[in-house]
Amino acid sequence: MKRSNLLIVAALLGLTILPLWWVAGIEPAAGTEWFAGSDRQAQDMILALAPAYLAWFEPLWQPASSEIESLLFALQAALGAGFIGYWFGVSVTRHALRQSQPVRQPDPIQSRVDC
Amino acid sequence: MHIMEGFLPLEHALGWSVAATPFLAYGLHAVRRDIRQHPERRMLLGVAAAFSFLLSALKLPSVTGSSSHPTGVGLGALLFGPWVMVPIAFVVLLFQALLLAHGGLTTLGANLFAMGIVGPFVAHGLFRLLRLFGLPWIGAVFLGACLSNLATYLTTSLQLAWAFPDPVGGVAGSLAKFAGIFALTQIPLAISEGLLTVLVVKALRRYHPDELSQMRLFPATGGRA
Repeated sequence: MKRSNLLIVAALLGLTILPLWWVAGIEPAAGTEWFAGSDRQAQDMILALAPAYLAWFEPLWQPASSEIESLLFALQAALGAGFIGYWFGVSVTRHALRQSQPVRQPDPIQSRVDC
Repeated sequence: MHIMEGFLPLEHALGWSVAATPFLAYGLHAVRRDIRQHPERRMLLGVAAAFSFLLSALKLPSVTGSSSHPTGVGLGALLFGPWVMVPIAFVVLLFQALLLAHGGLTTLGANLFAMGIVGPFVAHGLFRLLRLFGLPWIGAVFLGACLSNLATYLTTSLQLAWAFPDPVGGVAGSLAKFAGIFALTQIPLAISEGLLTVLVVKALRRYHPDELSQMRLFPATGGRA
């Protein structure tokens, strides 16, 4: 169980880090940079296929800079990770308390934490 | 898989929005019904939403030299069924459209169709099919989540190819171009998403075996993984 989890985490890290190492020392094609977003590339492809196309609606609000955009993306990830971390902490504690208790006792955590 | 604001012609934008609306409406009903019938699962529903929130914010590098993000809708689709994930994906996409200028309101219907409808239904359907063929749950979870991610990006490629056919190759030629951008980049990220989903389901099996055994898709799961 533990070892298989470690293997999964190692595979995840490998899949994320390998591409960075992969391109090290190789110049990107002219006018591009490595690891541009595929959404942006698709947008460029639209303009290549239909040069006359005009976007007919603009975002109502745009982050003032790429730093602000990173901030908001980080906030989104933090909200998600925070909730999952809280849930995981509650789960592990509840599991541990249950196991340390004699059977058929009312579970004090379950009455308090709704999960 | 975010089609940028204003980057679908009006009739396509409208068409996808109309197509996605009934799914969203029934999805909202499914969420309400699930909370009413299983109030004890609310926390887990939150985890499914948080997982999608987290994963869709992570732009990861891929071997193609570009970067993209997982969607995180597979987990919830496996646990709660595909309908519940439609409104959750809607909230994620709305957050990104309004606050991040990522995706957009005019393309929300198309993006919801790719990430919130095709993705969850592929995850759910594939998982059931693979379990029917006797694949162990861990493989079925992995493939379900992994291929749901790929299906989402293929849907986006199709949507774009349909709206912007190649002057020479037509829709098929255009599809090859968009799929070249999205699908290849997505393969390692889809594997990552599959692995992350397996990690969470493993944690569920260990710490919440009783709740998991009530889920329709995991009826036979005992305690230990």
